[in-house]
Amino acid sequence: MTLDTVKHATGTPEAEQPWAALGLKADEYARIREILGRRPTGAELAMYSVMWSEHCSYKSSKVHLKQFGEKAPASDAMLVGIGENAGVVDVGQGYAVTFKIESHNHPSYIEPYQGAATGIGGIVRDILAMGARPVAVMDPLRFGAPDHPDTRRVLPGIVAGIGGYGNCLGLPNIGGEVVFDSCYQGNPLVNALCVGVMKHEDIHLAQASGAGNKVILYGARTGGDGIGGVSVLASETFDATGPAKRPAVQVGDPFQEKLLIECTLEVFAEKLVLGIQDLGGAGLSCATSELASAGSGGMRVELDSVPLRDATLSPEEILMSESQERMCAIVEPEKVARFLEICEKWDVIATVIGEVTEGERLEIFWHGEQIVDVPPRSVAHDGPTYQRPFARPSWQDALQADAPTAERLKRPASGEELRATVLQLAGSPNQADKSWITSQYDRYVLGNTVLSTPEDSGMVRIDEETNLGVAVATDGNGRYAKLDPYTGAQLALAEAYRNVAATGAKPLAVSDCLNFGSPEDPDVMWQFAEATRGLADACQILGTPVTGGNVSLYNQTGDVAIHPTPVVAVLGVIDDVNRRTPIGFAEEGQLVYLLGDTADEFGGSAWAQVAHDHLGGLPPKLDLERERLLAEVLIAGSRDGMVDAAHDLSDGGLAQALAESCLRGGKGVRLVVPDGLNAFTFLFSESAGRAVVSVPRSEELRFTEMCGVRGLPATRVGVVDGDSIDLQGHFTLPLAELREAHTGVIEALLG
Amino acid sequence: MSARIGVVTFPGSLDDRDAQRAVRLAGAEPVALWHRDQDLHQVDAVVLPGGFSYGDYLRCGAISRFSPVMDSVIEQARAGMPVLGICNGFQVLCESHLLPGALTRNDSLHFVCRDQRLRIENTGTAWTSAYVPNAEITVPLKNGEGRFVADEHTLDQLEAEGRVVARYLDVNPNGSYRDIAGISNAAGNVVGLMPHPEHAIEPLTGPGTEGLGFFASILKQLVSA
Repeated sequence: MTLDTVKHATGTPEAEQPWAALGLKADEYARIREILGRRPTGAELAMYSVMWSEHCSYKSSKVHLKQFGEKAPASDAMLVGIGENAGVVDVGQGYAVTFKIESHNHPSYIEPYQGAATGIGGIVRDILAMGARPVAVMDPLRFGAPDHPDTRRVLPGIVAGIGGYGNCLGLPNIGGEVVFDSCYQGNPLVNALCVGVMKHEDIHLAQASGAGNKVILYGARTGGDGIGGVSVLASETFDATGPAKRPAVQVGDPFQEKLLIECTLEVFAEKLVLGIQDLGGAGLSCATSELASAGSGGMRVELDSVPLRDATLSPEEILMSESQERMCAIVEPEKVARFLEICEKWDVIATVIGEVTEGERLEIFWHGEQIVDVPPRSVAHDGPTYQRPFARPSWQDALQADAPTAERLKRPASGEELRATVLQLAGSPNQADKSWITSQYDRYVLGNTVLSTPEDSGMVRIDEETNLGVAVATDGNGRYAKLDPYTGAQLALAEAYRNVAATGAKPLAVSDCLNFGSPEDPDVMWQFAEATRGLADACQILGTPVTGGNVSLYNQTGDVAIHPTPVVAVLGVIDDVNRRTPIGFAEEGQLVYLLGDTADEFGGSAWAQVAHDHLGGLPPKLDLERERLLAEVLIAGSRDGMVDAAHDLSDGGLAQALAESCLRGGKGVRLVVPDGLNAFTFLFSESAGRAVVSVPRSEELRFTEMCGVRGLPATRVGVVDGDSIDLQGHFTLPLAELREAHTGVIEALLG
Repeated sequence: MSARIGVVTFPGSLDDRDAQRAVRLAGAEPVALWHRDQDLHQVDAVVLPGGFSYGDYLRCGAISRFSPVMDSVIEQARAGMPVLGICNGFQVLCESHLLPGALTRNDSLHFVCRDQRLRIENTGTAWTSAYVPNAEITVPLKNGEGRFVADEHTLDQLEAEGRVVARYLDVNPNGSYRDIAGISNAAGNVVGLMPHPEHAIEPLTGPGTEGLGFFASILKQLVSA
């Protein structure tokens, strides 16, 4: 086979090219020819096809995502915003924290273990590429029905993959979510978040500048795994009749990644790196074009110098390979020797593959012959933008009209019925104890984990002297978002924000992972447009900018899309981690206060799902100013020692929150239904903007005065006492019985 | 002069910084040792930390055992220097034949991370003298291949010689024979332990501080020696 050089391409304008098989549309191919003034070479076509894929170019979503920038609230904390590998936030004392959430949905369905494992690997490299030491990971997961046979294949594999990779990497897994819903059957959502810490002066960016500076590829050898993974997999709907796509899934080596982390941190520490980029989706195509387009000047790469696992790979395959555990650095010539020496120390293969040039072109050579000559920006940033049509679905009104009223869905009324419902909820797969899953993750490594699952947020100490720490929570509720994507996205943000505040940390910034169906479906596109608009509006009001994230589209099989599932991560800072607030009720005699207002709100609720398998009506109303006020009270309560335990109210309402707080702390609670509420609404409503706290008697006056002055409703609903949940006049539920119902559920289904 | 305790970093070691922190909190001076370096830098004792050295490829601990630093550790351990192997370090000690038996895949086939209760059954070793006899402590356990196995004769010998240093209480988390969590060599200077005492040294970040005794023990021994 003759090498398709630039010269050859110029001379053979009519040659047939496999642009359609690579996922490009006719107009996109025509645009590439227009940019280049000739047909692309095979290597160029490979690069454009992966970089212009939905996953890499955000071509369907970017017209909506730009709101996150346009509506971003002014924030002193933002050091690096959207567009880099991850956003960076100032947390004080000279520290900067970077965090990001990404999806690895499609690969994890095809090959659960490797798909989930490399999801961790990819997000960790993004954080590393900012100059930070990765310090924790989290995994929001969504699966199909818990009793579906395929869930037994997908879930254990994904959990083992996350554990197998993350544990071996030495990063504590401090939280996340596990949600079951039949809408995710065939399209499980595997989102992965990583947090990293650095000093302000250590921030690194992906840019190549300074002619003569060297381009060093280091880490694993390049193999044939994951060729076209993101473009092929994450940019198309699964087709039941298509061939198996397993070869497109990458295979991870966490040991190599651990070495890459230590090696990279050491070259950072010696200030040997001018610019850096990890190799993830689209591999070398992405790294070289992004580095070159973000810097000044061009880049020349000798592709045949790339170390290979498989010597038979073609240049196109090398450019598209998504082999894991690779990074690309720009290094001044006089520092190359030391850079290579540090790599050798860590047994990491490092190779100079090219250099920054004077020109403005990205030029790639194969055994001396030029196979790529492109403007790098046209590959990395000038991909197509689609204004996909969107329209409110015809079924949306009927769905919202189907409200879970008392007439429509029978509600428990007697003490016995209420008691049974508490047990039923606590033992339902979505509300049940998840420790069968989370105990497969190392939460202790690095020795700084202050809070982890099942606490409201994960919290790590970042300075052992000052006790400065950060907290992160992720939340999403596809049922709410299906009923109303605008409010649903805002509720996801509000819940994560509330969870961070409940542990005593001040929320600072947001990263989001937007999981949706096919953008080619106007219904889905409307959901996406509404969700992004809602999230951007809410971030503006809460003062928490979106710092980055990821969009995952085509999460559907055939015509059936998943529920729109925006998963929102909120990062907060806490000055002294010793002041953190856990969820467990541990002190008898403390007073239990319900903060916020409770209304009859059951649309999309856990109760409607568990008791009636019902989804309809509207999600809970949201008052963002109230969320902000609640957060202020929770943070002040933690800081000033007025609150010993706090738990946000969300799925399953107060009943579920109390169940978790009592089981976690090992103490019961004696409750009365407050005036103006019926027992059912009191226990199971999912009204937003609420939390339950336990307050030492000595602090009661100070606490209630604070709530009064600030205008936050605080209702004393009971006292921590005994070893049962005792709702006076209605029922008594021993903790032992509750624990029996709440634990062992996942294991029984999947173990 | 305070006691110097070396903590070896192999490629893939993960709990090395945690072990250094525990040494420091116990009042000794942690000294970072590098796998390629045969020089032990005049340390008084060595900790082989947890992790996945060399990716645990081939077999846990099998490759580390041949690293240059282990030549010196093995030699010094045979001469009486105290050595504590935690988790992956325990696996390395078994592969090095400083301790008998082997650590195999958990019987559940899953990695498990939990707060584990243990009984310290031998307080005569270099690493457990600070505990009262039969002390019951809680420390984190986290492993995928932590199931201690040995032939009946070896197990009987370990029991008879009081070399079962720690035993699992309440739950046997990995199927270890006779609930064994940790053992020592005949001289008592080399101890291997599957659970992680270095993660139970601060109430803030662990289940308590009951793991500190391992590090306090060695300090006591070195200072009084």
